[in-house]
Amino acid sequence: MALPPSQDAPSPMDEFSKGLWRENPVFVQVLGMCPALAVSNTAANALAMGLATLFVLTLSNAVISSLRHFIPKQVRIATYILVIATFVTVVDYAIQAVSLDLHKALGAFISLIVVNCLILGRAEAFASKQPIGVAVLDGLGMGTGFTLALFSIGAVREILGNGTLFGIALFHESFQPWIVMILPSGGFFTLAGWLIVFSWLQEWRERRRRENAVQSPVVEVTR
Amino acid sequence: MAGVSKTLEIRTSPHILSGYSVDTIMFNVVLALLPVTAFAVYAFGLPALLTLTVATVSCLATEELATRVAGKASALGDWSAAITGLLYGLTLPPGLPLWMVAVGGIVSVGLGKTLFGGLGANPFNPALVGRAFLQAAFPVSMTSWTPAFGAERFYTLPASTLTAPLTKPSYHDALSGATPLARWKFDGQLTEVSDLAFGAIPGSTGETGALLILLGGVYLVARNMMSWRIPVAILATVACTSGILYWLDPNAYPSPLFMLFSGGLMLGAVFMATDMVSSPMTNAGCVVYGALIGLLVVVIRLWGGMPEGVMYAILLGNAVTPHIDNLIRPTIYGARPAEEMS
Repeated sequence: MALPPSQDAPSPMDEFSKGLWRENPVFVQVLGMCPALAVSNTAANALAMGLATLFVLTLSNAVISSLRHFIPKQVRIATYILVIATFVTVVDYAIQAVSLDLHKALGAFISLIVVNCLILGRAEAFASKQPIGVAVLDGLGMGTGFTLALFSIGAVREILGNGTLFGIALFHESFQPWIVMILPSGGFFTLAGWLIVFSWLQEWRERRRRENAVQSPVVEVTR
Repeated sequence: MAGVSKTLEIRTSPHILSGYSVDTIMFNVVLALLPVTAFAVYAFGLPALLTLTVATVSCLATEELATRVAGKASALGDWSAAITGLLYGLTLPPGLPLWMVAVGGIVSVGLGKTLFGGLGANPFNPALVGRAFLQAAFPVSMTSWTPAFGAERFYTLPASTLTAPLTKPSYHDALSGATPLARWKFDGQLTEVSDLAFGAIPGSTGETGALLILLGGVYLVARNMMSWRIPVAILATVACTSGILYWLDPNAYPSPLFMLFSGGLMLGAVFMATDMVSSPMTNAGCVVYGALIGLLVVVIRLWGGMPEGVMYAILLGNAVTPHIDNLIRPTIYGARPAEEMS
């Protein structure tokens, strides 16, 4: 079934790196908003949630991709959810074993990874159509991008809202914490701020690319 | 353009003009606010003057910066940023650290107005957006009050005012002055209504001169620059609702007069809820909007966790304004109601 790799097919490195920047799940695709807003109140929570999602995403991509010829089309969503839920259960028990405090801090959001639209989206749109190696790379890239995004939201919120990063005080004790940043509304403010930064950067890259494209024919004419 | 005589002018509706432009109305709102502002400075002295100045300057600077970044013409001339700044300053406690005042000013114009597209596009009253942000970010500083008419108010500052940016203010030397609403809520003490009306109480810089606020409102209504229905609906709803409750159980609930003259109700009803951009367009809509705000004020004050709820009541009223405008529409001239058509 798999098509032979054509000339303009993306390289394996592209499959990994697209999730980090060009198609970043949070800042570009705006997927997985529930954990991105709800458990990004400290850097540690955000990082743990990101890593848990990375694990589930990569392994579910691998399993779904390897089973893609056996899953009947009519029941594919139920099958994907079953596969994802299996790995979420693994993560749930693992976090409980490693740190009970962290498990309490993340609360219901660990179980809710099952319904994270990012994971189901990659399963449906990518892993079910691609060979296993590429699907794993895609899961790793998207998961890393998700982790980075959650960490950058969580770090800003913890630094401003609490004056700490990973629980270590960054400022003199006279620092006035901005309590709003660790409240739910702070998640929205920080996400909006990062979205502005990202769209500015995208726009700037786009403009530079267009300027280069305009210049290149001129070079050919002179040659 | 001088020397060019126009014979034909083409423009979009409306063609019947009231004679008032945006900047005329905005300038008159500033005029109406002047007595309140003067009283605020008289009652709270130097800290109030500094708070109001920093609030206005930070709002104007944010507006100018935002229009420059967006590549638009400067909008300072329409006075709207000045009103936002002044109103925002009037809602703050007099001893608030000046760096927090500046942060809130940037938030009110930056987040409350320019991000939505500037004057005319903001769904919420920008001044209250800034205040709500500060209330959530720095709750302790936003509820630390200095008493009015202190003896040395014109030449001394409370230690908290000049706190270095990003650091915690210290309130140890400030006389604790709870607002009348907080005293009622947490200590069960009532304040004399005459003290409330003449401003001999701690509170936000601009909310204590209740009679002067009403004076400014009457001026704007008399010049037909403000919808009188909104403040009247708010105040009437508050008076009726709290009147019924007071009649049912005078020991558990404060009198309607206390409810009307305490806290930010006057300032909110007259100058905040009437913001033309974020209030409904039709007369009937204004009454519904005012009644809703009045009801929310009573509910938050009497049964909520906080002593004062005017700010949140108005912001919630702003949030439902588009729905009110959707439900209550004027009949278009010449059009018949739907049942006649069929």
